[in-house]
Amino acid sequence: MDATPIQTMQREVPTPATTMPIKVTARDVNVFYGDKHALKEVTVDIPDRGVMAFIGPSGCGKSTFLRCINRMNDTIPSCRVTGDIRIDGQDIHDPRLDVVQLRARVGMVFQKPNPFPKSIYENVAYGPRIHGLARSKSDLDEIVMTSLQKAGLLKEVQDRLGDPGTGLSGGQQQRLCIARAIAVSPEVILMDEPCSALDPIATAKIEELIDELRENFCIIIVTHSMQQAARVSQRTAFFHLGLMVEEGETTQIFTNPRDNRTLQYITGRFG
Amino acid sequence: MLLAKLLALMGAREEATNVNEHIVKSYEEELALLDKRIAQMGGLAEHNLGRAFSALDKHDPRLASQAIEADRAIDQLERDIENQVIVMIAKRQPMANDLRHIMTVLNIAGDLERIGDLGKNIAKRALAIAGEHHPKQLMAGLGHMAELAARQLKDVLDAFSAHDDQKALAVWRSDASLDALYNSVFRELLTYMMEDPRNISLCTHLLFGAKNIERIGDHTTNIAEKVHYLVTGRVLTEDREKSDDTSSVLLGKPATE
Repeated sequence: MDATPIQTMQREVPTPATTMPIKVTARDVNVFYGDKHALKEVTVDIPDRGVMAFIGPSGCGKSTFLRCINRMNDTIPSCRVTGDIRIDGQDIHDPRLDVVQLRARVGMVFQKPNPFPKSIYENVAYGPRIHGLARSKSDLDEIVMTSLQKAGLLKEVQDRLGDPGTGLSGGQQQRLCIARAIAVSPEVILMDEPCSALDPIATAKIEELIDELRENFCIIIVTHSMQQAARVSQRTAFFHLGLMVEEGETTQIFTNPRDNRTLQYITGRFG
Repeated sequence: MLLAKLLALMGAREEATNVNEHIVKSYEEELALLDKRIAQMGGLAEHNLGRAFSALDKHDPRLASQAIEADRAIDQLERDIENQVIVMIAKRQPMANDLRHIMTVLNIAGDLERIGDLGKNIAKRALAIAGEHHPKQLMAGLGHMAELAARQLKDVLDAFSAHDDQKALAVWRSDASLDALYNSVFRELLTYMMEDPRNISLCTHLLFGAKNIERIGDHTTNIAEKVHYLVTGRVLTEDREKSDDTSSVLLGKPATE
Protein backbone atom coordinates (compact mmCIF):
# COMPACT_ATOMS: atom_id res chain seq x y z
CA MET A 1 0.00 0.00 0.00
CA ASP A 2 1.29 3.41 -0.97
CA ALA A 3 2.09 5.41 2.14
CA THR A 4 2.17 8.90 0.62
CA PRO A 5 -0.35 11.09 2.39
CA ILE A 6 -3.41 11.91 0.35
CA GLN A 7 -4.64 15.45 -0.01
CA THR A 8 -7.95 16.04 1.67
CA MET A 9 -10.03 19.00 2.73
CA GLN A 10 -12.99 19.87 4.90
CA ARG A 11 -16.22 20.36 3.04
CA GLU A 12 -16.84 23.92 1.91
CA VAL A 13 -18.43 25.98 4.64
CA PRO A 14 -21.53 27.74 3.31
CA THR A 15 -21.52 30.52 5.89
CA PRO A 16 -18.45 32.75 5.68
CA ALA A 17 -15.83 31.94 8.26
CA THR A 18 -15.92 34.39 11.11
CA THR A 19 -13.34 37.06 10.63
CA MET A 20 -15.07 39.45 13.01
CA PRO A 21 -13.08 40.98 15.85
CA ILE A 22 -13.37 39.26 19.19
CA LYS A 23 -16.03 40.77 21.46
CA VAL A 24 -15.91 38.59 24.54
CA THR A 25 -12.86 36.77 25.84
CA ALA A 26 -12.95 34.29 28.69
CA ARG A 27 -9.83 32.86 30.29
CA ASP A 28 -9.80 29.99 32.78
CA VAL A 29 -13.27 30.71 34.07
CA ASN A 30 -14.33 28.55 37.01
CA VAL A 31 -17.66 28.66 38.79
CA PHE A 32 -18.43 27.11 42.16
CA TYR A 33 -21.85 26.77 43.75
CA GLY A 34 -20.79 26.18 47.32
CA ASP A 35 -18.56 23.11 47.04
CA LYS A 36 -19.83 22.14 43.64
CA HIS A 37 -17.38 22.91 40.86
CA ALA A 38 -19.92 23.73 38.14
CA LEU A 39 -17.70 25.20 35.45
CA LYS A 40 -14.09 24.24 34.88
CA GLU A 41 -11.37 26.26 33.21
CA VAL A 42 -13.42 27.65 30.36
CA THR A 43 -11.39 29.59 27.84
CA VAL A 44 -13.01 30.92 24.70
CA ASP A 45 -13.06 33.87 22.30
CA ILE A 46 -16.49 35.00 21.11
CA PRO A 47 -16.52 37.07 17.92
CA ASP A 48 -18.62 40.20 17.42
CA ARG A 49 -21.53 40.35 14.98
CA GLY A 50 -22.29 36.70 14.97
CA VAL A 51 -24.14 34.04 16.88
CA MET A 52 -22.40 31.58 19.15
CA ALA A 53 -24.43 28.64 20.42
CA PHE A 54 -23.73 26.77 23.65
CA ILE A 55 -25.00 23.21 23.62
CA GLY A 56 -24.75 20.32 26.04
CA PRO A 57 -26.82 18.13 28.34
CA SER A 58 -28.66 19.59 31.34
CA GLY A 59 -26.31 20.58 34.11
CA CYS A 60 -23.28 20.79 31.83
CA GLY A 61 -22.53 24.39 32.74
CA LYS A 62 -23.62 26.17 29.58
CA SER A 63 -26.20 28.41 31.28
CA THR A 64 -23.84 28.98 34.17
CA PHE A 65 -21.22 30.25 31.77
CA LEU A 66 -23.77 32.39 29.93
CA ARG A 67 -24.76 34.01 33.21
CA CYS A 68 -21.11 34.82 33.96
CA ILE A 69 -20.98 37.14 30.99
CA ASN A 70 -23.30 39.73 32.52
CA ARG A 71 -22.51 38.74 36.11
CA MET A 72 -25.96 37.35 36.75
CA ASN A 73 -24.31 34.78 39.00
CA ASP A 74 -23.54 37.62 41.45
CA THR A 75 -27.15 37.36 42.56
CA ILE A 76 -26.63 33.78 43.80
CA PRO A 77 -25.10 33.99 47.30
CA SER A 78 -23.22 30.66 47.27
CA CYS A 79 -21.80 31.27 43.82
CA ARG A 80 -18.12 32.07 43.29
CA VAL A 81 -16.60 32.92 39.91
CA THR A 82 -12.85 32.94 39.20
CA GLY A 83 -10.98 33.68 36.02
CA ASP A 84 -11.00 36.53 33.59
CA ILE A 85 -13.83 37.69 31.34
CA ARG A 86 -13.43 40.73 29.13
CA ILE A 87 -15.72 42.59 26.80
CA ASP A 88 -13.77 44.63 24.26
CA GLY A 89 -10.76 44.09 26.49
CA GLN A 90 -12.48 45.52 29.57
CA ASP A 91 -12.47 43.30 32.64
CA ILE A 92 -16.08 42.78 33.73
CA HIS A 93 -14.97 42.03 37.30
CA ASP A 94 -13.20 45.37 37.61
CA PRO A 95 -14.46 46.79 40.95
CA ARG A 96 -14.82 50.21 39.34
CA LEU A 97 -17.26 48.79 36.83
CA ASP A 98 -20.95 49.44 37.49
CA VAL A 99 -22.84 46.17 37.19
CA VAL A 100 -25.99 47.96 36.11
CA GLN A 101 -24.04 49.53 33.26
CA LEU A 102 -22.58 46.13 32.39
CA ARG A 103 -26.06 44.63 32.16
CA ALA A 104 -27.12 47.45 29.88
CA ARG A 105 -24.24 46.52 27.58
CA VAL A 106 -24.96 42.83 27.91
CA GLY A 107 -28.68 42.22 27.52
CA MET A 108 -30.44 39.01 28.34
CA VAL A 109 -33.46 37.09 27.08
CA PHE A 110 -34.76 34.25 29.20
CA GLN A 111 -36.34 30.90 28.59
CA LYS A 112 -39.83 31.96 29.55
CA PRO A 113 -40.99 35.30 28.21
CA ASN A 114 -41.16 37.63 31.21
CA PRO A 115 -42.65 40.96 30.18
CA PHE A 116 -43.27 43.49 32.96
CA PRO A 117 -46.92 43.78 34.00
CA LYS A 118 -47.09 47.05 32.13
CA SER A 119 -48.14 48.22 28.69
CA ILE A 120 -46.28 47.10 25.59
CA TYR A 121 -44.89 50.62 25.25
CA GLU A 122 -43.72 50.78 28.87
CA ASN A 123 -42.02 47.39 28.61
CA VAL A 124 -39.71 48.74 25.93
CA ALA A 125 -39.45 52.28 27.31
CA TYR A 126 -38.44 51.13 30.79
CA GLY A 127 -34.76 50.45 30.08
CA PRO A 128 -33.99 53.56 28.04
CA ARG A 129 -35.76 55.67 30.69
CA ILE A 130 -33.84 54.36 33.69
CA HIS A 131 -30.56 54.55 31.77
CA GLY A 132 -31.39 58.08 30.65
CA LEU A 133 -31.04 57.29 26.98
CA ALA A 134 -33.89 59.56 25.87
CA ARG A 135 -33.87 63.33 26.29
CA SER A 136 -37.49 63.84 25.32
CA LYS A 137 -40.76 62.01 24.86
CA SER A 138 -40.22 61.95 21.11
CA ASP A 139 -36.74 60.46 21.62
CA LEU A 140 -38.26 57.75 23.74
CA ASP A 141 -41.05 57.15 21.22
CA GLU A 142 -38.47 56.68 18.53
CA ILE A 143 -36.41 54.22 20.60
CA VAL A 144 -39.54 52.21 21.39
CA MET A 145 -40.65 52.12 17.76
CA THR A 146 -37.23 51.22 16.39
CA SER A 147 -36.78 48.49 18.98
CA LEU A 148 -40.18 46.98 18.24
CA GLN A 149 -39.38 47.26 14.54
CA LYS A 150 -36.01 45.50 14.98
CA ALA A 151 -37.69 42.80 17.04
CA GLY A 152 -40.16 42.25 14.20
CA LEU A 153 -43.12 43.08 16.44
CA LEU A 154 -44.10 46.61 15.43
CA LYS A 155 -46.61 45.65 12.74
CA GLU A 156 -48.46 43.35 15.10
CA VAL A 157 -48.70 45.81 18.02
CA GLN A 158 -48.53 49.37 16.67
CA ASP A 159 -52.23 50.05 17.15
CA ARG A 160 -52.32 48.73 20.71
CA LEU A 161 -49.14 49.96 22.37
CA GLY A 162 -51.10 50.74 25.54
CA ASP A 163 -52.31 47.16 25.96
CA PRO A 164 -50.60 45.05 28.61
CA GLY A 165 -47.52 43.16 27.40
CA THR A 166 -48.72 40.08 29.20
CA GLY A 167 -51.75 39.93 26.88
CA LEU A 168 -49.60 39.03 23.88
CA SER A 169 -49.05 35.48 22.65
CA GLY A 170 -45.97 33.59 23.92
CA GLY A 171 -43.98 34.23 20.77
CA GLN A 172 -44.96 37.90 20.75
CA GLN A 173 -44.06 38.22 24.41
CA GLN A 174 -40.62 36.76 23.67
CA ARG A 175 -40.12 39.22 20.83
CA LEU A 176 -41.26 41.97 23.21
CA CYS A 177 -38.53 40.84 25.63
CA ILE A 178 -36.03 41.00 22.77
CA ALA A 179 -37.27 44.51 21.90
CA ARG A 180 -36.87 45.44 25.56
CA ALA A 181 -33.32 44.04 25.54
CA ILE A 182 -32.24 45.91 22.41
CA ALA A 183 -33.90 49.18 23.47
CA VAL A 184 -30.88 50.03 25.64
CA SER A 185 -28.52 49.45 22.67
CA PRO A 186 -26.59 46.58 24.16
CA GLU A 187 -23.46 45.19 22.51
CA VAL A 188 -23.97 41.60 23.54
CA ILE A 189 -27.27 39.74 23.82
CA LEU A 190 -27.43 36.58 25.90
CA MET A 191 -30.29 34.22 25.17
CA ASP A 192 -31.03 31.36 27.52
CA GLU A 193 -33.16 28.87 25.58
CA PRO A 194 -35.29 31.66 24.11
CA CYS A 195 -37.54 29.32 22.11
CA SER A 196 -38.09 26.40 24.44
CA ALA A 197 -41.53 27.67 25.48
CA LEU A 198 -42.61 28.56 21.94
CA ASP A 199 -44.37 26.73 19.12
CA PRO A 200 -42.53 26.06 15.82
CA ILE A 201 -43.92 29.15 14.05
CA ALA A 202 -42.99 31.50 16.90
CA THR A 203 -39.62 29.73 17.06
CA ALA A 204 -39.03 30.32 13.35
CA LYS A 205 -39.82 34.03 13.84
CA ILE A 206 -37.32 34.30 16.68
CA GLU A 207 -34.69 32.46 14.62
CA GLU A 208 -35.28 34.81 11.71
CA LEU A 209 -34.93 37.70 14.14
CA ILE A 210 -31.67 36.33 15.55
CA ASP A 211 -30.37 36.08 11.99
CA GLU A 212 -31.13 39.76 11.42
CA LEU A 213 -29.85 40.93 14.79
CA ARG A 214 -26.47 39.28 14.35
CA GLU A 215 -25.50 41.95 11.85
CA ASN A 216 -25.35 44.44 14.70
CA PHE A 217 -24.90 42.44 17.88
CA CYS A 218 -22.79 39.73 19.41
CA ILE A 219 -25.36 37.07 20.27
CA ILE A 220 -24.77 34.12 22.54
CA ILE A 221 -27.51 31.54 22.74
CA VAL A 222 -27.97 28.53 24.95
CA THR A 223 -30.22 25.96 23.34
CA HIS A 224 -31.29 22.39 23.86
CA SER A 225 -32.26 22.08 20.22
CA MET A 226 -29.24 20.97 18.26
CA GLN A 227 -31.02 21.79 15.03
CA GLN A 228 -31.59 25.29 16.30
CA ALA A 229 -27.92 25.68 17.15
CA ALA A 230 -27.05 24.38 13.69
CA ARG A 231 -29.49 26.77 12.04
CA VAL A 232 -28.82 30.04 13.82
CA SER A 233 -25.18 30.02 14.90
CA GLN A 234 -21.88 30.45 13.14
CA ARG A 235 -19.88 28.97 16.00
CA THR A 236 -20.85 26.33 18.51
CA ALA A 237 -19.38 25.30 21.83
CA PHE A 238 -20.19 21.95 23.42
CA PHE A 239 -20.19 21.71 27.23
CA HIS A 240 -20.13 18.52 29.24
CA LEU A 241 -19.72 18.02 32.99
CA GLY A 242 -18.58 21.60 33.48
CA LEU A 243 -15.97 21.47 30.73
CA MET A 244 -16.07 23.18 27.42
CA VAL A 245 -15.21 20.10 25.41
CA GLU A 246 -15.10 21.55 21.93
CA GLU A 247 -15.63 24.88 20.23
CA GLY A 248 -15.55 25.56 16.51
CA GLU A 249 -17.38 26.50 13.36
CA THR A 250 -20.94 25.28 13.58
CA THR A 251 -20.77 23.39 10.29
CA GLN A 252 -17.67 21.58 11.45
CA ILE A 253 -19.15 20.70 14.85
CA PHE A 254 -22.28 19.24 13.28
CA THR A 255 -20.71 17.39 10.36
CA ASN A 256 -17.35 16.36 11.71
CA PRO A 257 -16.79 17.01 15.42
CA ARG A 258 -13.26 16.42 16.66
CA ASP A 259 -14.11 15.16 20.12
CA ASN A 260 -15.81 11.83 20.62
CA ARG A 261 -17.98 13.24 23.44
CA THR A 262 -19.34 15.91 21.08
CA LEU A 263 -20.11 13.26 18.50
CA GLN A 264 -21.89 11.05 21.01
CA TYR A 265 -24.00 13.95 22.23
CA ILE A 266 -25.07 15.48 18.94
CA THR A 267 -25.90 12.13 17.38
CA GLY A 268 -27.98 11.03 20.35
CA ARG A 269 -25.68 8.34 21.69
CA PHE A 270 -25.03 9.41 25.27
CA GLY A 271 -25.82 6.54 27.61
CA MET B 1 0.75 -12.90 9.99
CA LEU B 2 -2.51 -14.43 11.09
CA LEU B 3 -1.95 -13.16 14.61
CA ALA B 4 -1.28 -9.66 13.32
CA LYS B 5 -4.51 -9.78 11.35
CA LEU B 6 -6.42 -10.97 14.38
CA LEU B 7 -4.95 -8.20 16.52
CA ALA B 8 -5.81 -5.62 13.89
CA LEU B 9 -9.35 -6.95 13.79
CA MET B 10 -9.66 -6.73 17.56
CA GLY B 11 -8.28 -3.20 17.46
CA ALA B 12 -10.83 -2.25 14.86
CA ARG B 13 -13.61 -3.71 16.97
CA GLU B 14 -12.45 -1.81 20.03
CA GLU B 15 -12.43 1.36 17.95
CA ALA B 16 -15.94 0.65 16.76
CA THR B 17 -17.36 0.01 20.22
CA ASN B 18 -15.85 3.33 21.28
CA VAL B 19 -18.92 4.93 19.74
CA ASN B 20 -22.00 3.91 21.66
CA GLU B 21 -25.26 2.93 20.12
CA HIS B 22 -28.03 5.48 19.78
CA ILE B 23 -30.33 5.97 22.71
CA VAL B 24 -33.21 5.48 20.28
CA LYS B 25 -32.94 1.84 19.18
CA SER B 26 -35.03 2.22 16.03
CA TYR B 27 -32.49 4.75 14.74
CA GLU B 28 -29.78 2.14 15.09
CA GLU B 29 -31.97 -0.39 13.28
CA GLU B 30 -32.62 2.01 10.43
CA LEU B 31 -28.91 2.60 9.94
CA ALA B 32 -28.31 -1.15 9.96
CA LEU B 33 -31.04 -1.60 7.35
CA LEU B 34 -29.35 0.95 5.10
CA ASP B 35 -26.08 -0.98 5.36
CA LYS B 36 -27.88 -4.22 4.67
CA ARG B 37 -29.50 -2.80 1.55
CA ILE B 38 -26.16 -1.48 0.28
CA ALA B 39 -24.61 -4.89 0.87
CA GLN B 40 -27.47 -6.51 -1.07
CA MET B 41 -27.18 -4.04 -3.90
CA GLY B 42 -23.41 -4.45 -4.05
CA GLY B 43 -23.70 -8.23 -3.99
CA LEU B 44 -26.21 -8.18 -6.84
CA ALA B 45 -24.17 -5.72 -8.91
CA GLU B 46 -21.01 -7.76 -8.43
CA HIS B 47 -22.74 -11.05 -9.22
CA ASN B 48 -24.47 -9.58 -12.25
CA LEU B 49 -21.23 -8.28 -13.69
CA GLY B 50 -19.83 -11.81 -13.50
CA ARG B 51 -22.97 -13.21 -15.08
CA ALA B 52 -22.98 -10.67 -17.91
CA PHE B 53 -19.35 -11.41 -18.68
CA SER B 54 -19.97 -15.17 -18.65
CA ALA B 55 -22.85 -14.64 -21.07
CA LEU B 56 -20.47 -12.78 -23.35
CA ASP B 57 -17.71 -15.31 -22.97
CA LYS B 58 -19.83 -18.45 -23.34
CA HIS B 59 -22.25 -17.12 -25.99
CA ASP B 60 -25.10 -17.82 -23.64
CA PRO B 61 -28.23 -15.81 -24.47
CA ARG B 62 -30.15 -17.35 -21.55
CA LEU B 63 -27.55 -16.13 -19.06
CA ALA B 64 -27.58 -12.74 -20.78
CA SER B 65 -31.35 -12.46 -20.40
CA GLN B 66 -31.07 -13.37 -16.72
CA ALA B 67 -28.48 -10.65 -16.22
CA ILE B 68 -30.71 -8.10 -17.94
CA GLU B 69 -33.64 -9.14 -15.78
CA ALA B 70 -31.61 -9.07 -12.55
CA ASP B 71 -30.85 -5.38 -12.95
CA ARG B 72 -34.45 -4.64 -11.93
CA ALA B 73 -33.74 -5.80 -8.40
CA ILE B 74 -30.77 -3.42 -8.20
CA ASP B 75 -32.91 -0.51 -9.38
CA GLN B 76 -35.59 -1.39 -6.85
CA LEU B 77 -33.04 -1.42 -4.03
CA GLU B 78 -31.83 2.00 -5.07
CA ARG B 79 -35.38 3.34 -4.85
CA ASP B 80 -35.82 1.68 -1.46
CA ILE B 81 -32.63 3.28 -0.18
CA GLU B 82 -33.59 6.70 -1.54
CA ASN B 83 -36.99 6.53 0.11
CA GLN B 84 -35.50 5.38 3.38
CA VAL B 85 -32.90 8.15 3.37
CA ILE B 86 -35.54 10.82 2.71
CA VAL B 87 -37.66 9.56 5.59
CA MET B 88 -34.64 9.31 7.91
CA ILE B 89 -33.54 12.87 7.17
CA ALA B 90 -37.06 14.12 7.85
CA LYS B 91 -37.46 12.05 10.97
CA ARG B 92 -34.02 11.97 12.59
CA GLN B 93 -32.24 15.10 11.38
CA PRO B 94 -28.97 13.20 11.40
CA MET B 95 -25.79 14.84 12.65
CA ALA B 96 -22.05 14.27 12.35
CA ASN B 97 -21.07 10.68 11.51
CA ASP B 98 -24.74 9.69 11.11
CA LEU B 99 -25.20 12.46 8.57
CA ARG B 100 -22.08 11.38 6.70
CA HIS B 101 -23.23 7.77 6.88
CA ILE B 102 -26.66 8.50 5.41
CA MET B 103 -25.35 10.77 2.67
CA THR B 104 -22.64 8.26 1.79
CA VAL B 105 -25.22 5.49 1.49
CA LEU B 106 -27.29 7.64 -0.85
CA ASN B 107 -24.26 8.34 -3.03
CA ILE B 108 -23.10 4.74 -3.05
CA ALA B 109 -26.57 3.55 -4.03
CA GLY B 110 -26.39 5.88 -7.03
CA ASP B 111 -23.02 4.50 -8.07
CA LEU B 112 -24.17 0.91 -7.61
CA GLU B 113 -27.24 1.58 -9.73
CA ARG B 114 -24.98 2.86 -12.52
CA ILE B 115 -22.73 -0.18 -12.12
CA GLY B 116 -25.85 -2.35 -12.47
CA ASP B 117 -26.80 -0.55 -15.69
CA LEU B 118 -23.32 -0.98 -17.12
CA GLY B 119 -23.47 -4.69 -16.33
CA LYS B 120 -26.88 -4.90 -18.00
CA ASN B 121 -25.46 -3.19 -21.07
CA ILE B 122 -22.73 -5.83 -21.30
CA ALA B 123 -25.44 -8.50 -21.13
CA LYS B 124 -27.36 -6.81 -23.94
CA ARG B 125 -24.25 -6.84 -26.10
CA ALA B 126 -23.75 -10.52 -25.22
CA LEU B 127 -27.24 -11.09 -26.56
CA ALA B 128 -26.45 -9.17 -29.75
CA ILE B 129 -23.28 -11.09 -30.57
CA ALA B 130 -24.27 -14.48 -29.16
CA GLY B 131 -24.31 -16.00 -32.67
CA GLU B 132 -20.92 -14.64 -33.69
CA HIS B 133 -17.69 -16.50 -33.29
CA HIS B 134 -15.07 -14.60 -31.33
CA PRO B 135 -11.52 -15.80 -30.87
CA LYS B 136 -10.56 -16.92 -27.35
CA GLN B 137 -7.60 -14.61 -26.95
CA LEU B 138 -9.81 -11.60 -27.60
CA MET B 139 -11.79 -12.48 -24.50
CA ALA B 140 -8.77 -12.96 -22.26
CA GLY B 141 -8.12 -9.25 -21.79
CA LEU B 142 -11.79 -8.53 -21.24
CA GLY B 143 -11.95 -11.40 -18.76
CA HIS B 144 -9.10 -9.90 -16.74
CA MET B 145 -10.89 -6.58 -16.70
CA ALA B 146 -14.17 -8.07 -15.52
CA GLU B 147 -12.40 -10.03 -12.80
CA LEU B 148 -10.44 -7.01 -11.56
CA ALA B 149 -13.51 -4.75 -11.62
CA ALA B 150 -15.53 -7.28 -9.62
CA ARG B 151 -12.72 -7.67 -7.09
CA GLN B 152 -12.37 -3.91 -6.62
CA LEU B 153 -16.10 -3.58 -6.21
CA LYS B 154 -16.07 -6.28 -3.56
CA ASP B 155 -13.12 -4.66 -1.79
CA VAL B 156 -14.69 -1.23 -1.72
CA LEU B 157 -17.94 -2.62 -0.34
CA ASP B 158 -15.97 -4.44 2.34
CA ALA B 159 -14.21 -1.15 3.09
CA PHE B 160 -17.61 0.51 3.43
CA SER B 161 -19.06 -2.04 5.79
CA ALA B 162 -15.90 -2.13 7.93
CA HIS B 163 -15.42 1.68 7.76
CA ASP B 164 -11.89 0.87 6.59
CA ASP B 165 -10.36 4.01 5.11
CA GLN B 166 -7.06 2.35 4.18
CA LYS B 167 -8.78 -0.35 2.20
CA ALA B 168 -10.91 2.23 0.39
CA LEU B 169 -7.80 4.23 -0.50
CA ALA B 170 -6.10 1.07 -1.80
CA VAL B 171 -9.05 0.53 -4.17
CA TRP B 172 -8.97 4.20 -5.11
CA ARG B 173 -5.32 3.94 -6.07
CA SER B 174 -5.55 0.65 -7.92
CA ASP B 175 -8.08 1.82 -10.49
CA ALA B 176 -5.02 2.67 -12.59
CA SER B 177 -4.43 -1.03 -13.32
CA LEU B 178 -7.96 -1.39 -14.66
CA ASP B 179 -7.35 1.61 -16.90
CA ALA B 180 -4.09 0.03 -18.10
CA LEU B 181 -5.91 -3.19 -18.97
CA TYR B 182 -8.53 -1.23 -20.82
CA ASN B 183 -5.86 0.55 -22.86
CA SER B 184 -4.37 -2.72 -24.01
CA VAL B 185 -7.78 -4.26 -24.80
CA PHE B 186 -8.64 -1.14 -26.77
CA ARG B 187 -5.49 -1.41 -28.88
CA GLU B 188 -5.96 -5.12 -29.37
CA LEU B 189 -9.51 -4.66 -30.64
CA LEU B 190 -8.41 -1.87 -32.98
CA THR B 191 -5.80 -4.17 -34.45
CA TYR B 192 -8.41 -6.85 -35.10
CA MET B 193 -10.65 -4.40 -36.83
CA MET B 194 -7.83 -3.18 -39.03
CA GLU B 195 -6.87 -6.72 -39.93
CA ASP B 196 -10.29 -7.66 -41.21
CA PRO B 197 -13.27 -5.29 -41.54
CA ARG B 198 -15.62 -8.23 -40.94
CA ASN B 199 -14.49 -8.10 -37.32
CA ILE B 200 -15.73 -4.54 -36.87
CA SER B 201 -19.27 -5.35 -35.75
CA LEU B 202 -18.14 -7.87 -33.14
CA CYS B 203 -15.19 -5.82 -31.96
CA THR B 204 -17.29 -2.68 -31.56
CA HIS B 205 -19.58 -4.54 -29.17
CA LEU B 206 -16.60 -5.90 -27.27
CA LEU B 207 -15.06 -2.43 -27.19
CA PHE B 208 -18.19 -1.02 -25.61
CA GLY B 209 -18.16 -3.96 -23.21
CA ALA B 210 -14.61 -3.09 -22.20
CA LYS B 211 -15.53 0.57 -21.85
CA ASN B 212 -18.42 -0.40 -19.61
CA ILE B 213 -16.09 -2.33 -17.32
CA GLU B 214 -13.72 0.61 -17.24
CA ARG B 215 -16.62 2.84 -16.21
CA ILE B 216 -17.56 0.38 -13.48
CA GLY B 217 -14.04 0.94 -12.15
CA ASP B 218 -14.67 4.68 -12.11
CA HIS B 219 -17.86 4.25 -10.10
CA THR B 220 -15.96 1.98 -7.74
CA THR B 221 -13.39 4.70 -7.11
CA ASN B 222 -16.26 7.13 -6.51
CA ILE B 223 -17.48 4.79 -3.81
CA ALA B 224 -13.96 4.65 -2.36
CA GLU B 225 -13.94 8.44 -2.14
CA LYS B 226 -17.28 8.40 -0.32
CA VAL B 227 -15.99 5.81 2.14
CA HIS B 228 -13.03 8.06 2.83
CA TYR B 229 -15.41 10.93 3.56
CA LEU B 230 -17.58 8.72 5.73
CA VAL B 231 -14.66 7.57 7.87
CA THR B 232 -12.60 10.76 8.10
CA GLY B 233 -15.08 13.56 7.40
CA ARG B 234 -12.66 14.89 4.84
CA VAL B 235 -13.01 15.09 1.08
CA LEU B 236 -10.33 13.72 -1.23
CA THR B 237 -9.01 16.61 -3.28
CA GLU B 238 -6.09 14.91 -4.99
CA ASP B 239 -6.64 14.05 -8.63
CA ARG B 240 -6.45 10.35 -9.22
CA GLU B 241 -3.85 9.35 -11.76
CA LYS B 242 -5.77 8.89 -15.00
CA SER B 243 -4.36 6.11 -17.14
CA ASP B 244 -7.16 5.79 -19.67
CA ASP B 245 -5.64 7.55 -22.67
CA THR B 246 -7.87 5.92 -25.28
CA SER B 247 -9.78 9.13 -25.78
CA SER B 248 -6.77 10.55 -27.62
CA VAL B 249 -5.87 7.49 -29.71
CA LEU B 250 -6.06 7.80 -33.54
CA LEU B 251 -5.85 4.96 -36.00
CA GLY B 252 -2.28 4.40 -37.18
CA LYS B 253 -0.89 7.03 -34.85
CA PRO B 254 0.54 6.65 -31.39
CA ALA B 255 -1.43 8.21 -28.56
CA THR B 256 -0.62 11.86 -28.12
CA GLU B 257 1.23 12.61 -24.95
